[in-house]
Amino acid sequence: MGIQGIGAPALRKEDKRFLTGKGKYTDDIKVAGTHYAAFVRSPHAHAKIKKINSKAASKMAGVVAVLDGKQLTGDGIGNIICGWMVHSKDGSPMNMGAWSALATEYVRYVGDGVALVVAETQAQAVAAAEAVEVSYKVLPAVVSAVDAMKKGAPQLHPEAKNNLIFDWEIGNGAETDAAFKKAANIVEMDIRNNRLVANPMETRAALVEYDEAEDHYTLHTTSQNPHVARLLLSAFYQVAPENKLRVIAPDVGGGFGAKIYVYPEEIACLWAAKRAGVSALKWTSSRSEAFLSDAHGRDHVSTAKMAFDKNNKIIGMKVDTIANLGAYMSLFSSATPTYLYATLLSGQYNIPNVHANVRTVYTNTVPVDAYRGAGRPEATYIMERMMTTAARQLGVDPAELRRKNFIKSFPHQTPVIMCYDAGDFGVSLDAAMKASDYANFEKRRKSSKRKGKLRGIGMSCYIEACGIAPSAAVGSLGAGVGLWESAEVRVNPVGTVEVLTGSHSHGQGHETTFAQLVSDRFGLPAENIQVVHGDTDKVQFGMGTYGSRSGAVGMSAIEKALDKVEIKAKKIAAHLLEASEGDIEIKNGEVSVKGTDKKLLWHEICLAAYMAHNLPEGMEPGLKEGAFYDPTNFTFPAGCYICEVEVDPDTGETTIVQFVAADDFGKIINPMIVEGQVHGGLAQGIGQALLENVVYDDEGQLISASYMDYTMPRADDLPNFQVSTTETKTPSNPLGIKGCGEAGAIGSPPAVINAITDAIGNNDLTMPASPQNVWAAIQAAK
Amino acid sequence: MYETTYSRAKDANDAAKKLRAADDGKYLAGGMTLLPTMKQRLAAPSDLIDLTHIKGMGDIKVSRKNVTIGAAATHADVATNAKIMKVCPSLCALASHIGDPHVRNRGTIGGSVANNDPAADYPAAMIALNATIVTNKRKIKADRFFVDLFETALKEDEFIKAVTFTAPKKAAYAKFPNPASRYAMAGVFVADHGGTKTKRDIRVGVTGASSGGVYRAKDMEKALKKSFSADALGVCKVDADDMLSDIHGSSAYRANLVMVMAKRAVAAVS
Repeated sequence: MGIQGIGAPALRKEDKRFLTGKGKYTDDIKVAGTHYAAFVRSPHAHAKIKKINSKAASKMAGVVAVLDGKQLTGDGIGNIICGWMVHSKDGSPMNMGAWSALATEYVRYVGDGVALVVAETQAQAVAAAEAVEVSYKVLPAVVSAVDAMKKGAPQLHPEAKNNLIFDWEIGNGAETDAAFKKAANIVEMDIRNNRLVANPMETRAALVEYDEAEDHYTLHTTSQNPHVARLLLSAFYQVAPENKLRVIAPDVGGGFGAKIYVYPEEIACLWAAKRAGVSALKWTSSRSEAFLSDAHGRDHVSTAKMAFDKNNKIIGMKVDTIANLGAYMSLFSSATPTYLYATLLSGQYNIPNVHANVRTVYTNTVPVDAYRGAGRPEATYIMERMMTTAARQLGVDPAELRRKNFIKSFPHQTPVIMCYDAGDFGVSLDAAMKASDYANFEKRRKSSKRKGKLRGIGMSCYIEACGIAPSAAVGSLGAGVGLWESAEVRVNPVGTVEVLTGSHSHGQGHETTFAQLVSDRFGLPAENIQVVHGDTDKVQFGMGTYGSRSGAVGMSAIEKALDKVEIKAKKIAAHLLEASEGDIEIKNGEVSVKGTDKKLLWHEICLAAYMAHNLPEGMEPGLKEGAFYDPTNFTFPAGCYICEVEVDPDTGETTIVQFVAADDFGKIINPMIVEGQVHGGLAQGIGQALLENVVYDDEGQLISASYMDYTMPRADDLPNFQVSTTETKTPSNPLGIKGCGEAGAIGSPPAVINAITDAIGNNDLTMPASPQNVWAAIQAAK
Repeated sequence: MYETTYSRAKDANDAAKKLRAADDGKYLAGGMTLLPTMKQRLAAPSDLIDLTHIKGMGDIKVSRKNVTIGAAATHADVATNAKIMKVCPSLCALASHIGDPHVRNRGTIGGSVANNDPAADYPAAMIALNATIVTNKRKIKADRFFVDLFETALKEDEFIKAVTFTAPKKAAYAKFPNPASRYAMAGVFVADHGGTKTKRDIRVGVTGASSGGVYRAKDMEKALKKSFSADALGVCKVDADDMLSDIHGSSAYRANLVMVMAKRAVAAVS
């Protein structure tokens, strides 16, 4: 491998084990004496539990225990919390209903856990779970957020009258209203953001090891943030004190947000292992269970209005959103449709007046929370569909309308909290227009027409807030945690290096990129550097990986720790080489005195640090440094996506014939990994635009509950992506990194829909633009 | 999955005997529908009697234009069979688009025809090719074999041994897949069996769309006998009231797809 520094497209170290089937995921971990858990889940969307009869199930072969919600709460296990307090505009705190890991009195969605079986084998556990007889009094259910707010709708939680969790606002309302009164043109649209399932390749799993003698728990689980999981499990859910609970997130096969949260199953398994008296207890979600229990994403219904002056400058933006949070408030469910969403409703544009109102609502559906992009795709979808719609209504080119309204000087304070630190939106737009041959599109449209196809082009100029987040800032907005990151750099006596990070890699390639920072700094071969993550016994604390934060925040912490290591190594070198510290240079694995031939090898310095025979006066032995990094601001990745489609007017089928992405992610450590992240994000964004959709029937049964009905994007649904990057470094962290993990999913849906609506000549189209929906829109326009 | 007992039938008599002896036995001919259903705990046969190891069950024979495909021939076998390719390439093309490589290498023509899934591809071809379904007891014409959704003329212990047909002069299959499952939302197999100028023999089988399962589109056949062209189908009407409706396709959309696929199949034939 050799030295692989910043900017090298280094192949991923972790891929050897992933591509040869040697990864070690939670379900791969075998512990002697393991018992298995299976959950009894509600078949009803809304019901009162009358009786749970577990007599027959308890007597079945291999069954150790059948446990229910009353036993769980009786043992003092705490309710599941939402970790971000949002206040309604009248000042009242959000109306959070109680959520126990196993239902006690009511079930509120199909899949809600009612009881848990512990048995010797998985087959026995599943069979016994089926034999648990639960009698329900079925209650009316409501699945749409709009319906849930109507008079007479079924009520889910006594705490939330009319199912309303909060009614929140942001921005300068009075000024926005005044701007609309002066407007030369107003564009208005109803916009729906479809509900999605994250679908990571590895389903969730938990393996609990309980050591009775020590009263100590180890939880191996599919988590994006094992330290936060331990904090919640101990401080809030009272499963075990923090020092008696080790959480390990080993190889994790994708998260996309859905593995941020501590779910009922993990809590129940930890509790049940001790209660049932087993030394190890495992639960691995089936794909069917994943559809019914992993947090869903999106599900907004909005009305948006944009006011323009006579020169086509935007003078006001007004959005009213209803967000469906499902049956219970998941960990970040309050932040996702508010601070992660409405704060981006200025987009890339200089809009002096912005106001947004968000109402969040309980329904009898799976809890909804952050999913790749989390709030920012919803904001971008509104901004960018509005911009294209406005261009059509005003009769101007969509690119030129955007360009006219771009923010051009930085820092820029929007009316909705965010202060954009850096960017150059015109450069991304130019790059995307050039790469897509935007100028000659009409020729291509004509040639498609000759083949009987409708061709369209659409763009999206997105901006998002990443690198979450400055702790004090988010604290003032209601966050229950700080969003810094930690790192420790351990240099061993032989000169190899271990980097311990609070970030967690579940597909992002941290083992490679994080090592590149060290390789770059000291000129060490990448194979001499090990990245350690995902274990609360090894890494002291960390906030985990989500919100495209691991580069901007996680690597900044490593950078700070490396600074400290470098200072100490230079001190030792200066002492040994009898030179001044300022003249010491570390390069290519050598530590030398500038301008002389005096040098030591890197490992000689490391060995000296640990031998401690000859260190500067008063210096402690060893070479190991830690750092916490708290960012000074969010970072603001931005870019321009242009999508070109051909629609078959007879069937409504859309083919993406070209997709161009021009992104500004700031400094890039590994361009190959960044490109992979963009590809993955685009696949998910295009998936949302064309294919994916959660559908419930009126009784609250999940219709799209398997891949027979939930359309995951496949390779043949996607074109070859043309991706490129431009760079404006963010001044908000030492490396200038903005983050790249979510951009593709954030920026792409409006580009796709703008292209299809251009092709078919009907702007009234909701996601997903399935063949049926596009065909219906074509018929409606006839 | 509930526990079940799996056994392989040695021959046709052994298969029927094993089924009769079982509490609630099921023939297994690839299992691409039955096994997922069992994994979902929606089916719980006491016994699975695997037909695919019976000698000769997977054989494919082509003699001049007479084609016999053993029930255990996989979709991959049919898709890549050089002899079928010569006389009826449209059937190979159809087989090559069923499911994914896993399904094509486990799923069989006998299993698909016997299951009569309303969205399966083969039934449309059997109708249009005027195929004969050969069972362990008798021979049944395709027109009488497919009864209703997931329902066929097969009796309790009866199973398919082979399907036979005379290759048409020309044929084509056009399918619009369900975006999620990739089963047909509308699949139309058009076969031109020749005949005289005044009495052309044209058959059209439609799958994926109708609420009654696969059907023979006699009105389309009539129109095509007059003039074999996509335009000729303009006089036909597909009634939305007869169509299936689900989250991927309303009955109106499916009715449209049937017509579009029929025209495309005809265009591909001519």
